[in-house]
Amino acid sequence: MIAPLRSALRPAAGLLRSACIAPRASPSYSAFRYLSTRFTTDHEWVKFDPATNEGTVGVTDYAQKALGDVVFVELPQSGTEIAQGDSIGAVESVKAASDIYAPVSGIVTSVNEALGENPGLLNKSPQADGWLCKIKLSDPAEFETLLDSEAYKAHCSGA
Amino acid sequence: MFAIRAPSSLLRLAPTCVRSVVVPVARGLQTSARLAEELKRTPLYDFHVSKQAKMVPFAGYSMPLAYGDVGQVTAHNHVRTSAGLFDVSHMLQHRFTGPTSQAFLMSLTPSSLNTLAPYTSTLSVLLNESGGIIDDTIITKQANENEWYVVTNAGRATEDIAHLKEKLEAWNARNGGREVRWRRMEGWGLLALQGPKSVEVLQPLSGTDFADIPFGKSVDVKIDGVKCHVARGGYTGEDGFEISIPPESTVKITELITSQHGVQLIGLGARDSLRLEAGMCLYGHDLDETVSPVEAGLTWVIGKDRRNANAPNPFPGQSRILEEIAKGPSRRRVGFEITGAPAREGCKIFDESGAEEIGVITSGIPSPTLGTNIAMGYIRSGHHKKGTKVQIEVRKRKRDAVVRAMPFVASKYYKGKGVLGAPA
Repeated sequence: MIAPLRSALRPAAGLLRSACIAPRASPSYSAFRYLSTRFTTDHEWVKFDPATNEGTVGVTDYAQKALGDVVFVELPQSGTEIAQGDSIGAVESVKAASDIYAPVSGIVTSVNEALGENPGLLNKSPQADGWLCKIKLSDPAEFETLLDSEAYKAHCSGA
Repeated sequence: MFAIRAPSSLLRLAPTCVRSVVVPVARGLQTSARLAEELKRTPLYDFHVSKQAKMVPFAGYSMPLAYGDVGQVTAHNHVRTSAGLFDVSHMLQHRFTGPTSQAFLMSLTPSSLNTLAPYTSTLSVLLNESGGIIDDTIITKQANENEWYVVTNAGRATEDIAHLKEKLEAWNARNGGREVRWRRMEGWGLLALQGPKSVEVLQPLSGTDFADIPFGKSVDVKIDGVKCHVARGGYTGEDGFEISIPPESTVKITELITSQHGVQLIGLGARDSLRLEAGMCLYGHDLDETVSPVEAGLTWVIGKDRRNANAPNPFPGQSRILEEIAKGPSRRRVGFEITGAPAREGCKIFDESGAEEIGVITSGIPSPTLGTNIAMGYIRSGHHKKGTKVQIEVRKRKRDAVVRAMPFVASKYYKGKGVLGAPA
């Protein structure tokens, strides 16, 4: 249902986005927002805003500890269309390179430029300031298939 | 999704909490379970656990990757500025003795062991009949040419032992009455104390003045009353020592050294980044049985007096190796600096235009000391000169890179009389 709409909008995504976001910035609307966070078995999180259909993506604290000191983060370009499971970038520590795979399908609307200057943010604040990118979901139902925090905790303890 | 895609060469066998996407999950789990059952322990296993080490499988052993919450970069920098202690007891220590032991070792390696002074070490290579490297090794002449101390890689234990056994049996059959005796020093401890402050730590503990023991020399000393073999050298590019300790005293002496001011325990993670900055090879990644010492940039281990087709006691693979010395090898191990993303093992190297594939990366990291992305790999001859521009493919994108001299970080070996610096 949403897929044809997405492709129709794609050429003008940037323009439409700014047009759409403006009314939603009103305080009365945002008061009703409920942002829920879900996780993947590969230690990423997505914080989804149903009002904007936008998800913020990052890696979990568990992942940043496993990686060690992050020295380089490669992010997708804004506007890139991605499918769930696509490789969209990488996080590099001294010991390893780790691919970032899209946890959901959609269009990348923004990336965390601060990580370019300060990749260590990913270690210091993996679930807030160290976010990776924002994705406008093409199929919000995908979000519901990800793990809730209890299931993710269970996954980590059993991994 | 998120997964460790290309674990650093040293850590390849380590099961990380982040799974690898390239290995099907079921197979990955089986592999880890099997490794966990069979892993060997060094005499320091309990010591590491008591120091909050994160233990991982490496070369068939459970080894410390890092200690407590100390990150790899912090550990790495500590070795470059102070003194770090590594457990390398997983490596194989051997003694070869007997009247033909020098000739026996020279029949396996291209080194001029005959001209090596007593209590002196050299890097060498065990060669197969095709001139490929079975393993790299440190060979130390003891008091005279009839006593040798040899250290080989744990990851090559099976191949090395089979090779040495076969060659020794044949040798002793031909040299009746002048046999070589081979003893593996199983259970002995081996510590590497590395960093500019290593000498300040070891001198008082051993009551030995190391001013006259430069890089490459070794000495028997007493530490806490225990006779230990100390070789000045290591795998980091820093001044340092490798200390061989009898089994019953390994824990005690490790505790003593660890308790000294400025000493930190360092795991495998930093060991890999330190050796890479020092331009040193890791067998199984930068070296394998197809690679000759000339291709590997190790021509210097081939003794001058052995580079003659008519020299006595020819080494294995002599004809290929002498031809490569004369005409140049078809590929060479060189260093690279890459712009943007770090290149890791397996990344393809292309010429400057990006059109032609001309080599492959064998190890690479973002260098903690330099802040740049460094790597080593094999490149087709003709493209190997310092400053040559190439392209290296990382995650399907070609990145600008340039051939660089190694070591990436200047070595600071002790050359004697208080002088620290790169070897002449």
